[in-house]
Amino acid sequence: MSRIDVNKTYKLFIGGAFPRSESGRVYEVKGVNKKFIANPALASRKDLRDSVVAAKSAFPGWSSATAFNRGQVLYRIAEIMQGRSEQFIDEICALEGLSTKAAKSQVEEAIDTWVWYSGWCDKLSSISGSLNQVSGPFYNFTSPEPLGIVAVFAENKPSLLGAVRTIAPVISGGNTVVLVASENYPLPAITLSEVLATSDLPAGVVNVLTGKTSELAPWIASHMEIDGVDVAGLSKKEEEELKLLGAENLKRVFRFKNANSPERILSFMEQKTIWHPIGM
Amino acid sequence: MSNFEYANAPESKTIAKISQSYDLFIGGKFVKPKKGKSFNTVNPATEEVLAKIAYADKLDIDLAVSSARSAYTKVWSKLPAKERGKYLYRIARILQERAREFAVVETLDNGKPIRESRDTDIPLATAHFFYHAGWADKLEFAGVGNNPKSLGVVGQIIPWNFPLLMLAWKIAPALATGNTVVLKPAETTPLTALLFAEVCQQAGLPDGVVNIITGDGITGAALVNHPDINKIAFTGSTEVGKAIARSISSTKKSATLELGGKAANIVFEDAAIDEAVEGIVNGIFFNQGHVCCAGSRLLLQENVMDEVLEKLKKRMSLIRVGDPMDKNTDLGAINSSEQLKRIKDLASAGDSEGANRWSPECKLPSKGYWFAPTIFTGVSQSHRIAREEIFGPVLSVLTFRTPIEAIEKANNTMYGLSAGIWSDKGSKILWAAKQLKAGVIWSNTFNKFDPASPFGGYKESGWGREGGRHGLAAYLESDAKVNK
Repeated sequence: MSRIDVNKTYKLFIGGAFPRSESGRVYEVKGVNKKFIANPALASRKDLRDSVVAAKSAFPGWSSATAFNRGQVLYRIAEIMQGRSEQFIDEICALEGLSTKAAKSQVEEAIDTWVWYSGWCDKLSSISGSLNQVSGPFYNFTSPEPLGIVAVFAENKPSLLGAVRTIAPVISGGNTVVLVASENYPLPAITLSEVLATSDLPAGVVNVLTGKTSELAPWIASHMEIDGVDVAGLSKKEEEELKLLGAENLKRVFRFKNANSPERILSFMEQKTIWHPIGM
Repeated sequence: MSNFEYANAPESKTIAKISQSYDLFIGGKFVKPKKGKSFNTVNPATEEVLAKIAYADKLDIDLAVSSARSAYTKVWSKLPAKERGKYLYRIARILQERAREFAVVETLDNGKPIRESRDTDIPLATAHFFYHAGWADKLEFAGVGNNPKSLGVVGQIIPWNFPLLMLAWKIAPALATGNTVVLKPAETTPLTALLFAEVCQQAGLPDGVVNIITGDGITGAALVNHPDINKIAFTGSTEVGKAIARSISSTKKSATLELGGKAANIVFEDAAIDEAVEGIVNGIFFNQGHVCCAGSRLLLQENVMDEVLEKLKKRMSLIRVGDPMDKNTDLGAINSSEQLKRIKDLASAGDSEGANRWSPECKLPSKGYWFAPTIFTGVSQSHRIAREEIFGPVLSVLTFRTPIEAIEKANNTMYGLSAGIWSDKGSKILWAAKQLKAGVIWSNTFNKFDPASPFGGYKESGWGREGGRHGLAAYLESDAKVNK
């Protein structure tokens, strides 16, 4: 008799731990052949709140880490992902129905995305800050600072790259994140959590929820401790509803084109201008 | 100590030629409002009516937006950037030439001391045009994308606290980046915007590039909701800012919002106290405290509290309150009866919640809207006067023991526009500046503004920056975002 595989239980990733949903809910994920693959957690409003608490407590440490240190952690994520490539490829093939070659190319692009944003961490104020020539005896300069807690909705497809493309720029700027994974293809995002958990990334910097995007979106929209949202995985209508509710704390809400850009980082940063007199 | 008596030093009003009535400025001409409605603008220092102002409603806004659209597509977007810049230089020069006239009209319409309109508002407004004129043909070097493109027609709504200066903050970057504008000045201070319309005519600015429509909040809302506007730029209250954010949530319009503030002004024990006292006074009593970034929460380290308060009270008793047209006046009139009521209501809340009110003895004129410079001591963080924006000459004093406590208290607000730090220790200043969640940090100074210096808030103080290289991005299409 052939050996029976040991299947993985796919759970949430909150504050560096892997809990089930407090609600006890799960939903069924099937592969391209309609075969059962897993029962990931169907995250609840309470799970979202717990994620925000974790992101909030991780923010002071992560935002004040040196940019060089953040860059090293992001690079480390790429290193660990490289070693896990096969697992990501298998999951993507099973879920998205891609050829091995196409899945491999998605994984490689995801890894390279980490490397690209890793290199940005310590160059942001060089390209977006300024020393301002004011008319008076003042030293006046502007530099970017992280916004705070950013919720990101990954696109359904590409399942892994969509998650990485939304998380990497946001944490490279020093924010902490709540990711809502691809609803139909959530498994690579959960495996990504395992990579994050073993990449020197402090607990709570990235938190991963799986479940129904349409259920989580209004709660994220009205959560007063969430400062920004990347709506990549939302429909136009869901984006509009999120903006309407998000106005209550003036959330910064953006949808980006797919190409990598420093603007994806800087959109979730605030520019601070400091004045000081010059004199004896 | 008895104060020196100052002789009156009134600025002459004759330079200000205010017409009896003003129409809307649309398509390069002054036109009557379609429904013929109007409202009065008054001098808040005397309650005299200064002029009758046209009231724009939806039909007028349609006309203004279509004139801005046609100016955009037919003229302004086709003009070489270099030539666009020259128009802005012309405007800057004409404003400089007519500076005294603008200062007088501003003071009459707004109630601010002539010293401030003459030395701050008008020079800074002209500087904004001069600064942005130079950007017009250099946008590809501004780090705002490889191929900077204008947005189209911008709807702009400005407040009454710095009427011409806010107009300059809005119009100068919008035109420099190649957009056309429909601007609505505040209901109580429309005059310098209408005078600015004449400047556009004198500069030969193509018709429809700048349109000025006057009215109230309903006019503003109609402008925000007009379907042919590409972008909203608003300065005003957080409440209205949120309403704008809601009303554009299902549109393709982008927005910059410069909203309220409740800035902490932190005095550490090692501060130069005399300088700090000057900074506290400037922070809260500049422009009658009608300043979104006013230092309205004074945080004093406990061991210097007595010394600071004693010197502050002494300094406050030297503040000259009265005729804004007098060149010696420090504190002018409150801009409107409505605003005066709001200040009085919040000050009463300070009394009833248990804070201690103090004002120097000062005679207030019998006509007009006035409020004496006021401080509240014994204020706790939960008091309304520590949480809500008063937008008047009222300072709430709180204390702290450790620098960390100072930062916690300073950041304990939904706002994040500005903050002040007073200390003689460089490393402490830079530490505190890093901790404070605010867009503008003044260390050992306060209420300084410059066109080259980006201005704007964290948290519920708004979206985006105005001024500097950063302010340009708000008026240009983004390379990386999905806007349309």
